Amino acid sequence: MLTVENVTYKTGKHTLVKDISFMVHPGEIMVILGANGAGKSSLMRLLSAEKKPSAGSISLSGKAMNNYTAKELAIKRAILNQQNIVNLDFSATEIVQMGRYPHYNSKPTTHDLDIINEVMGITGTTHMTDRSFLSLSGGEQQRVHLARVLAQIWDTPEALLLLDEPVSGMDILYQQQTLSLAHMLAKKGFMVVAILHDINLAAQYADNIMMLKNGRKWYHGAPADILSTKSIYDVFETEADVFTNPNTLKQLIMPKVITHHLSEQKLKPFTL
Amino acid sequence: MKNGLIYILLGAGVFLTAALSLSMGAMKIPVQDVLLILVKKTGLFRNTPVDEQYDTVLTIVRMPRVIMGLLVGAALGISGAAIQGIFRNPLAEPGLIGISSGASLFAVLIIAAETAFLAGLSNLLGYYLLAFGSFAGAGIATLVVYQISRNGGKPNVATMLLAGIAVNALAGALTGLVTYMANDQQLRNITFWLLGSLGGATWQIVLCLVPFVFIPLILLPFMAKTLNAFALGETQAQQLGLPVGRVKRWVVVFATMAVGASVAVSGIISFVGLLVPHMTRLIFGVDNRRVLPASALLGALILTLADMIARKVVAPVELPIGVITALLGTPVFLYILIKDKKKIAR
Repeated sequence: MLTVENVTYKTGKHTLVKDISFMVHPGEIMVILGANGAGKSSLMRLLSAEKKPSAGSISLSGKAMNNYTAKELAIKRAILNQQNIVNLDFSATEIVQMGRYPHYNSKPTTHDLDIINEVMGITGTTHMTDRSFLSLSGGEQQRVHLARVLAQIWDTPEALLLLDEPVSGMDILYQQQTLSLAHMLAKKGFMVVAILHDINLAAQYADNIMMLKNGRKWYHGAPADILSTKSIYDVFETEADVFTNPNTLKQLIMPKVITHHLSEQKLKPFTL
Repeated sequence: MKNGLIYILLGAGVFLTAALSLSMGAMKIPVQDVLLILVKKTGLFRNTPVDEQYDTVLTIVRMPRVIMGLLVGAALGISGAAIQGIFRNPLAEPGLIGISSGASLFAVLIIAAETAFLAGLSNLLGYYLLAFGSFAGAGIATLVVYQISRNGGKPNVATMLLAGIAVNALAGALTGLVTYMANDQQLRNITFWLLGSLGGATWQIVLCLVPFVFIPLILLPFMAKTLNAFALGETQAQQLGLPVGRVKRWVVVFATMAVGASVAVSGIISFVGLLVPHMTRLIFGVDNRRVLPASALLGALILTLADMIARKVVAPVELPIGVITALLGTPVFLYILIKDKKKIAR
């Protein structure tokens, strides 16, 4: 279980995360929603222990985050970052193998190799095995990174999987595949925390949604309970219609068109 | 190819090149005599008859030179590979980003100071002082370029190369200043050193160089795994539970130690640190567990080869070895630039 209690995070004068508390249970996908600059990524950095909270506490499986060694934590939680730039020409398998680095010293065991095969199968990267990472497309690279992150915690029960905008800029098939994979992993017993920009994806896959604004938690609960025209306007300052998909009974969000009223002056064609 | 076989082949290549290099020179010594003398020196087969004259030339003149070439080549090869790992970029080369010129500046300062105040130093102590000074200069240059090239935790290639240009220019200017202010005796010593090549090799220099090269050679490969993960980014490597900060510090220490001492004994030999790791990656892949040791071996081989060419082409005089390495290395540098234009310039 991931327990976050009254966590605040400040850098210099700015308070990026203010007094946030929540829990994530094994088997649960929690999606963090919020406008740009709402504090989503900062919160993610706290959850991954990359940064320490200025106040409050975070614990994982009943043990405070601070009390984990880097190595223990590496086996217990993994992060798929938004941007992963690699400049050296590793093969796809070598990148996935790095996910197993916390588990072996000099040579991967057969167990490690089995896991690498398994996660590459699941993420659909098996056919890229010997290909150079730099020759892969952006979507393929992201898949390989996903495989690496899964390899890292694959054999840990109740591991924490953090996904920081895992599908931004990816095509619709990849989005669905990645999130159904996340769903499957949650059923396997993982805790999944994901930052998403697409509210519809969140409504489709999240067990719980947390909506942030200005570093504070505004709404937290099951999609059906909290996704509404009001909550979306509160958090995103955007008017939207919220329907229920008759087939899936999940929420469907349709933002309204924003009309710009330009003055006559501005509409004049440019003259030289 | 099996790892073991790779190392055996490379090792054999290094040995053969070294033997060939030993046989070459004003007095031609047949390779079989070189081998016989080497075998005798191991202490086995003491009774093997060898030509006394050959033995003397080899022992006093050629062996220090060849051994120094092997050490300097191995040092430049492995530290080039390690520095590229830290900077997360295959273009990071000690000469290019100012590490060598930092070392060179400090070496010149030490020579000037030695001439003025410490004339009584024994040779060996003097060389050690020079090596440590160059080590410090290389370290400072690396830290400056590394800090400047990081942009919000992520190294930026363009900034790295530009910072390298600036450090090179500054070190060059300061070296010029020291030369300008030097008195006759200092000037003579500095100029003699700046001309430096493998030609000045003596057993004493080799002795001084050994610890500076062997410590990095033995310890850098232990950091290979973490260096691999560096390719993902520092944060990502940290998330894998690897000792990122510690490895970074030690890699900088060991790599600058090797480069600094190499510069102290042989001057700036450019592009070996670029050429060698690049070739190694082409042949063996980019995994640092192979790249680091293989770069050391290949570096030793290439530099010995370059030294042979330098001695051969315009014999009886010799070309500066830096000319050969730059001739070999610059096309490779341009090739990487053109091939990886898009991938690298991020």
